[in-house]
Amino acid sequence: MTRQLMTGNAAAAWGARLAAVDYVPAFPITPQTEIIETLAAWFDDGSMQGRMTVLESEHSMVTAAGAAAATGVRVFTATSSQGLLHAMEMIYTVAGWRVPFVLVNVSRGLSAPITLEPDHNDVLAARDSGFLQLHCSTCQEVLDSVLIAYRLAEHSQVRLPIIVNQDGFYLSFTREPVQLPDPKQARAFVGDFDMGGLGFRAGMPESQAVAVLGGSPYSYFRYECHLAMQQALNAYDEIAGEFEQRFGRYHGVVEAFLTDNADYLFVMMGCFATKAKHAVLQLRKAGVKIGLLRPRLFRPLPEWRIRDICRGKKAVAVIDQNLSLGKGGVLHAELTSVLYGQSDMPAIVASFIGGLGGRDISQEEFFHIAEILQDAAISGQTPAPRLLYTQTEFREFKKLQAIAVYERHESKEQPT
Amino acid sequence: MSETIYRRMKDLPSTHLLGAGTAACAGCGGMQALHQIYDVFGDKTVFINAAGCMTLLSVYPFTPFSGSWLYSAMGSAPAGAQGVRDALDILLAKQRIPAEEDLSAVVLTGDGSAYGMGVSATSGAIDRNLDFLYICYDNEGYGNTGQQFSSATPHGAKTATSEGAAGYPGFKKDLFSLWVANKPAYVATVIGSEPLDLARKVEKAKQIKGPRLLLALAPCPTGWGFDPADSSAIGHLAVKTGIWPLKEYVDGRVVHNKIPRERLPVEDYLQKQQRFAHLFRPQRNEALLQEIQNRVDDYWDKVEPE
Repeated sequence: MTRQLMTGNAAAAWGARLAAVDYVPAFPITPQTEIIETLAAWFDDGSMQGRMTVLESEHSMVTAAGAAAATGVRVFTATSSQGLLHAMEMIYTVAGWRVPFVLVNVSRGLSAPITLEPDHNDVLAARDSGFLQLHCSTCQEVLDSVLIAYRLAEHSQVRLPIIVNQDGFYLSFTREPVQLPDPKQARAFVGDFDMGGLGFRAGMPESQAVAVLGGSPYSYFRYECHLAMQQALNAYDEIAGEFEQRFGRYHGVVEAFLTDNADYLFVMMGCFATKAKHAVLQLRKAGVKIGLLRPRLFRPLPEWRIRDICRGKKAVAVIDQNLSLGKGGVLHAELTSVLYGQSDMPAIVASFIGGLGGRDISQEEFFHIAEILQDAAISGQTPAPRLLYTQTEFREFKKLQAIAVYERHESKEQPT
Repeated sequence: MSETIYRRMKDLPSTHLLGAGTAACAGCGGMQALHQIYDVFGDKTVFINAAGCMTLLSVYPFTPFSGSWLYSAMGSAPAGAQGVRDALDILLAKQRIPAEEDLSAVVLTGDGSAYGMGVSATSGAIDRNLDFLYICYDNEGYGNTGQQFSSATPHGAKTATSEGAAGYPGFKKDLFSLWVANKPAYVATVIGSEPLDLARKVEKAKQIKGPRLLLALAPCPTGWGFDPADSSAIGHLAVKTGIWPLKEYVDGRVVHNKIPRERLPVEDYLQKQQRFAHLFRPQRNEALLQEIQNRVDDYWDKVEPE
């Protein structure tokens, strides 16, 4: 095992290389590009044996990925943002094909306005597709998750594609020290591609994804996907346990940081959770009994683990890096549905929206959220959902607006 | 074409690979062509289908195909073929399957996908020189949804979304030329009512590697409005009036396989179909009829006699 500095994108590419993937259908999009550039170089110099095909769109890319997996090879691909949305029809389709492969999504905010910077609305748009979802917070976790993801996707009780998510820029382009597993050990852990009865071969006709008529076969197949998702929870524990035995790192269905004796919790996904952990340590020093709950597995949602951790807490703050327009934070809605009607759950589940389109969340804001939680616990009143946005930011934005309006007037007055 | 094994009707395959009893409409010109193409091409195939009439051939738990089948989506069947082809190549290269287990990737779509939503994926597949056969059954409209106009609909045809007195205002897209411009391995127009011409072209397409298109005009009794028994007759008229030129692009040039010496007037073809009835009743629309005739004449004027 060697330790080296690598970006989240390089870590994702290493995951694919160590899993000995056969096939990478690709299409470039920022901030995912470094993944396919890295893999392209490895295919070119022979470090990887297989094939990369650059498609003309993500819609085609995901079609090719699913079709290749259905033919019997191990497939890896990656995208971001609009790319994931452009492929969304096929994201749902290939999940219905029950073909296992890994797609790394490098999260980025969605148009409009167009931005390159991250939040989680892209990956959450795939929430109900039948893709499993793993959310990472470090570059190490990105690499490890890709290996775990192949085992999970190809598990005989699961047989579904999987998204491994990392935040654009904050992880994709940040170098962190990463333990690189020994290739032989990694290969042994992942194993050979498990066809699971898939494959198109002469003399062995196979019909995949045929039409159904009437709701009864349709309901059956859709519900089978749902049950497979639920099976993935048990399978995950087993696989994560084996991963820990082999590599010494444990990645549970959730990360629980200083939650045991906590009165308060931050709940969030992705790499901003590492900032929240830092805030937790500072707050602990100041005597605030707070912890962090980070779901790693978002689909299937590990509901009983989340309940276990939330049980007996006074108040929790769900910090969403997404905004379901007309509703609010997606994770907040998910969490309240998990906690509602269960005994001894926190009475206060406060909602905060932050980190949209790459906006940072500062330590001061975590401290402020902790204060709000403590006040809410005393008053018994759930605070109104809040967008993290400062007066300073607002003033700066007003300046931009002033410039935009000024320039428009100028161009009207001075026709060329 | 002296090298062909298909010289006479009795040379055509006498057994059929495609099972009977499908959900296709009686007299479907697309099925007629598909039957014949499949018989000559053989069942060492994976059909990658895009949304259209033929999607209803394989309905769980039945399939009429003796080879394999994968339904993809309307916009990306050629990308599905790419995935299948690449995966088979990888399996062959890594010796995980023997050469005799290899298959051909065959895209099967209607004109809605081939001329419209799937053009981007088709263009990509040609760019990448994908080794696949693309079969388009062209019934000149979105047949499976009740014959709304597509970009393959001929000028003046009435469809569910061009019900006005002048019919469809656009002009049928030239998919043949669109492919040819990109220098693929092979492109041919066929029709089910000309089985020898069709069989020879399929035979040729089978020997060639790379992107290949078989574009089959598919007379559609329900969408075009004619008696299912007349499907072949309508097909013959499409060829004899010069509306559907039988041609192929191979070795870098376009060849017409059948140049009608004395072309029948287009109205012989048009007046047998309900979708053109408004050109004749309550009174003849001379201007539109002449326009359609002129376009066909212009086409053939540019064709060099062989």
